[in-house]
This record gives sequence, structure tokens and C-alpha cells, in this order.
Amino acid sequence: MNREIAVVAFAQTDHRRTSEELSEVEMLMPVLHEVLDRTGLKTADIGFTCSGSSDYLAGRAFSFTLALDGVGAWPPISESHVEMDGAWALYEAWTKLLTGDADTALVYSYGKSSPGPLRDVLTRQLDPYYVAPLWPDSVALAALQAQALIDAGDTDEPALAAVAARSRADATANSRAQLRGSVPAGEYLVRPLRTGDCPPIGDGAAAVILAAGERARELCDRPAWIRGIDHRIEAHSLGVRDLTDSPSTRLAAQKAGAFQRPVDTAELHAPFTSQEVVLRKALKLDDEVRVNPSGGALAANPVMAAGLIRIGEAAARVHRGESDRALAHATSGPCLQQNLVAVLEGDPR
Amino acid sequence: MPEALKAPLTVEFPFTRSLSPVQSAFLTGLRERIVLGVRTVDGRTLVPPVEYDPVTAEEIRDLVEVAPTGTVTTWAWNHAPRRDQPLDTPFAWALVRLDGADTALLHALDAPGPDAVHTGMRVRVRWAEERTGAITDIACFEPYDSSPNETEPADHTGEFENPVTGIVAPARLDYTYSPGRAQTAYINALAEQRNVGERCPSCRKVYVPPRGACPTCGVATSEQVEVGPHGTVTTFCIVNIKAKNLDIEVPYVYAHIALDGAGLALHGRIGGIPYDQVRMGLRVEPVWTRGARYPDHYRPTGEPDADYDTYRELL
Ligand SMILES: [Zn+2]
Repeated sequence: MNREIAVVAFAQTDHRRTSEELSEVEMLMPVLHEVLDRTGLKTADIGFTCSGSSDYLAGRAFSFTLALDGVGAWPPISESHVEMDGAWALYEAWTKLLTGDADTALVYSYGKSSPGPLRDVLTRQLDPYYVAPLWPDSVALAALQAQALIDAGDTDEPALAAVAARSRADATANSRAQLRGSVPAGEYLVRPLRTGDCPPIGDGAAAVILAAGERARELCDRPAWIRGIDHRIEAHSLGVRDLTDSPSTRLAAQKAGAFQRPVDTAELHAPFTSQEVVLRKALKLDDEVRVNPSGGALAANPVMAAGLIRIGEAAARVHRGESDRALAHATSGPCLQQNLVAVLEGDPR
Repeated sequence: MPEALKAPLTVEFPFTRSLSPVQSAFLTGLRERIVLGVRTVDGRTLVPPVEYDPVTAEEIRDLVEVAPTGTVTTWAWNHAPRRDQPLDTPFAWALVRLDGADTALLHALDAPGPDAVHTGMRVRVRWAEERTGAITDIACFEPYDSSPNETEPADHTGEFENPVTGIVAPARLDYTYSPGRAQTAYINALAEQRNVGERCPSCRKVYVPPRGACPTCGVATSEQVEVGPHGTVTTFCIVNIKAKNLDIEVPYVYAHIALDGAGLALHGRIGGIPYDQVRMGLRVEPVWTRGARYPDHYRPTGEPDADYDTYRELL
């Protein structure tokens, strides 16, 4: 079946260093209500629900089942969960809608990084035999990639600082962002990356509603049609990869049709400044493209939600008529290991 | 709003993992101060070795021995080592392509400072004093002036005496747990020996303990409702095996207890009655020990048993 599927609504929390006064479901629920309110839908109207989160972040076992309380999942609903960024939950929901099993889907994800040592927590996703026993933290791995880019002549420290400054300046227009305005480059965290090159650590959640065909037009004045979406992964061993390039991003973009016509906007999930350099190269983005008008992950990086937020931000620009064709990218794993690309378009005006 | 409760929470687990033949040969080799790689279908040598070709996905098993010397392909200076990392003094993370290999291995590089490290620098393996067959048998790399050894790596059978067949990878993460608004209120009330649940504004059900949301309606609960202290055993089981670190004589009874006014049952231990006399419908009350923040157990109140119809919806 060939169905047109669109993002029809997007909502997110304020992203903050800590939300310790709230449980995960307490943090998530207002976002679920907000995204449903935008469409006038109720939980019972939703055909499929899919979420993305990781219990390791807050160290709370089965938190994703508790989070379901906020959806109203009893009596049982058609539901699924991925231990991945919500962008991949959206991919699963998109597939479900393609089959015709459902006409609408609720996709949400959340991350509470404040209770735990995030840099160390993320080491647990690495190769358990050869890498995880060394506890190389997420900043260290990104720094290895940044140094490779500098050695290759693809960037230098001032260029990285400029990426950080542009992102946080753009974030001044994003009231949800955690890090906005003038942020100092700071000291080296793991050289060559300075604190300013790294994303803020914080808590947040996001939700999106997808709808198919005419249902999408009923629910949204200008749906953001998903023209293509694809995700690809690279070898898990860092030493096998060329860290200065992202062939998986390029392939996903090609499969999603991103290179067929230029996009006007790109929301890139680049938690570290150096990763934007890699993504711009892989996606062949020139200076005509508005990159991360939201401020991107350098302004707010709720782990497990930041990728879904890229899709939501890109879609929201289409909804508002600020973009006609936007690219959204999400990443997972160390040094851009796995990448998802979606192309969103509005109806001609 | 009262200050959110917080408590330290340590999540600690030893992962016991079995090894594939290639991983076993590589890690056993490290124990014997030998670094093995594996040849891919197109003739490249991967170090560390994997079981499947990253390009063609074919199974690969041809092992070769590479040199313990190599070249840094990228690095990052870590001035503040974190717990469990290979060195506790400032060091460089480095990807090192060992002589004879076509790919790089991640490890620590012990160097006096960032000015002493550069891409292309020559290094060698520093072996750990005690080796068990793990990636940490390489203590780290260290600077080592030498020319790259260009000789083709020699084949290796991968066979050793007493090969390691598994690893135990301990992992510990330290969190600060905070239970959120609804559970904080519940726990604080419990410390005053009161059971306070929350009512759903939509279906009116009272949740004890409250989790902040009604799973049926998907809305926040907020109206606080004191329930109990008496309640009814809705169902129970008899525990015959002593739990580790739990100082309770077996057999004992663990039960679902619907406190009066609550919309669902919570669980607790039943005491003050022989285990084989506990029954559905038994009326119970909490027993508090001095200074405790929660009931130690529940005991019979002596009231007549509750009618099945009064708790059938709470089973
Ligand atoms: Zn309710």
C-alpha cells in the first residue's frame, strides 16, 4: 500500500538540567496532553503508540512501562517501545501506518539524565568485550572524532566554536532550549573539545503525532509529509570506521530522497560541534540551507528525545509555513554510529 | 511543594559473557602477550578481531599475529580520568593501528601531557602485570620511538593452553534517585504513619501508592485521599525460601492488601497469625516499628472477614 504519512503535531517540554521534582511520567504527561490537544485527538482515537527511552539513564527499571500510565494504556492499547531515540520509534510508527493497520500514531520519548553520570552511563552501550571495560566516556569518543577532523583539515577549534556560538544564538528564539545566548567556549573537557563544544546534560521529553492521507489534512492545516525516511548503521568498532565521514548518513539520506531536490532547512542531531562538520559534509549541505534554527542538540540534548525533537522541529517549521522542504536527522551511538534521515514537505502554497 | 526526596542508588552487576572462537583467541593471546588480528575477505587485517567481515558480513576465522608496536591515528587528551578508566593519572585516549593491522584499537596512552602526543606518533603496548584474558591485559600504550614494522603478519592458529572462554565484566553506576511529586508525598505521609493516595479526577479511582497518573485515563492525579489504616487481604502467597539479606523466618505470607478506601491493592507481609491461617478476606492493619518510615508488616485486626463482593474488583 502506498500511503502518504505526515507529522501533524509536535510538542516538547522545557529542557532543564534537572527535573528531580517530577517522576518520568509526571514530566512526560503534559507533553502528551499538549500534542493531543493540538489535533483534538484523545488517546482512544490513536491507532498506534510507540515510545523510545532507556532505563539506564535514570537507573529506574521498567520506567517505560510506568511512563505508559501517562498515555492511558488501560484497557490495553496497540503499543510498542524501542530502547532507542524516539526518532526510531517514529520510524516504527511510520511503518505501522504504511501497512494500513492504523491511521494515526502517537510517538513519544523522554530522557532523564540528571539522576546518573551520563558520560559513564553511555559507555554501557559499547562493545562489551573490547571497549566497555575501558569506560571510554561519550565526550572522549567525540573528542577522538574531533581530532581526526582537525588532522584531516576539515575543521579547527575556532570553526567548532563558531558552530557552538551560532547554535546557542539561534536557541535564543527557542524558549524550550536549555542553553541559550552567549555561552563561553570554556575549558577543555576532553581535548580538543571544550565545554562549549559539548551538549548540555538535562531532562526532557517530546511527542509527535503521525497521520495518514486525508486524516492528516483533517488534523493539521499544513501537514509535514514524510517524503522519505531511512536509517543506516556503521561497523561497531571505532577503529574500522573513517571518523571524518558518515557514509551511513549519506546512504540514509539518499534512500530518503534527500538529494533529489535541495532542502531549505536541516535539523541535524549533532550533540557535539565536530559532528555538525561531519553531517554537513555527508549531507552536502551548503550555506543556503538553514541548519538547526532551533539551536539543535547543542542547545538541548535530552538523550533519547533529541533525535525525535529534530523531526518535530523540522515538521513544526513546515506547519508554520517557514519551510517547504526540510531534512531531519537523528543519531544514536558513539561518533554518529547510527543515523536516520527523514525528508518532510509541506503542500505547495 | 515540599522538597523532593532524594536517595543514593547504586546499580551494580557483573556481566558474565561467553566468548566466540575469535574473541577467545584474541583475549587469550593478550594474556600471553600476543596480539592477534583477523583477515577479512579482501585481505585486510582487523585488530581487534571480529567474527564477521564488517563489509561483506561473511564469517572470518583466519588469525594472524601483529606487532605490539603501532601508530596513533587519532587521540584526545583526558586531563580528568574517570573511575574505572585504564589510568588514574591524566592520559590520552588513542586509536592505535598496530604494525601489521589495517584498523585501529582503542585504548589509553600514557604520556606526560598533551604536547607529547600527536597523530602519527609511535607507541607500543604496555602489558599489565597480571593478565587474565581481557582487554585490560593491555595496561595502556606508551610512547616508543621506532620505525613502522612493514612485514606481513604471520598466520596464527589462535590455539593456546587453557583458552579463556568467557569474561566477567563488572559494571557499577551511581545514581541519585528521586521518586517525583506523587511518590514523594506518599512517602512523606507514610513516615507520619498515614497512607495517603491520590484520586483520579476523571474515573475517581484512588491509587495507593500513587504514581502521579491514572493509567486508565492518562491524566494526572492530584487530590490527596487518606486511606486505611485497616484493609482486606485480597490474595496471598506463602513464601518458603529465605531471601538473601532478609531476616524473616520462613514460611511467611506475602499478601495483596486493599486498604479501606483504596482503588487497588498494595502488598505487604502478614504477621501475628500462623502462616497457614491467612485467608482471602482477612482484615488487617499495619504494624509500625519505632522510627520506621513504612509499616513493618500487617496483622489481623480481629474484625470479621470481609465479604468477597467488597473486594472482588480489587483482586
Ligand atoms: Zn482515571
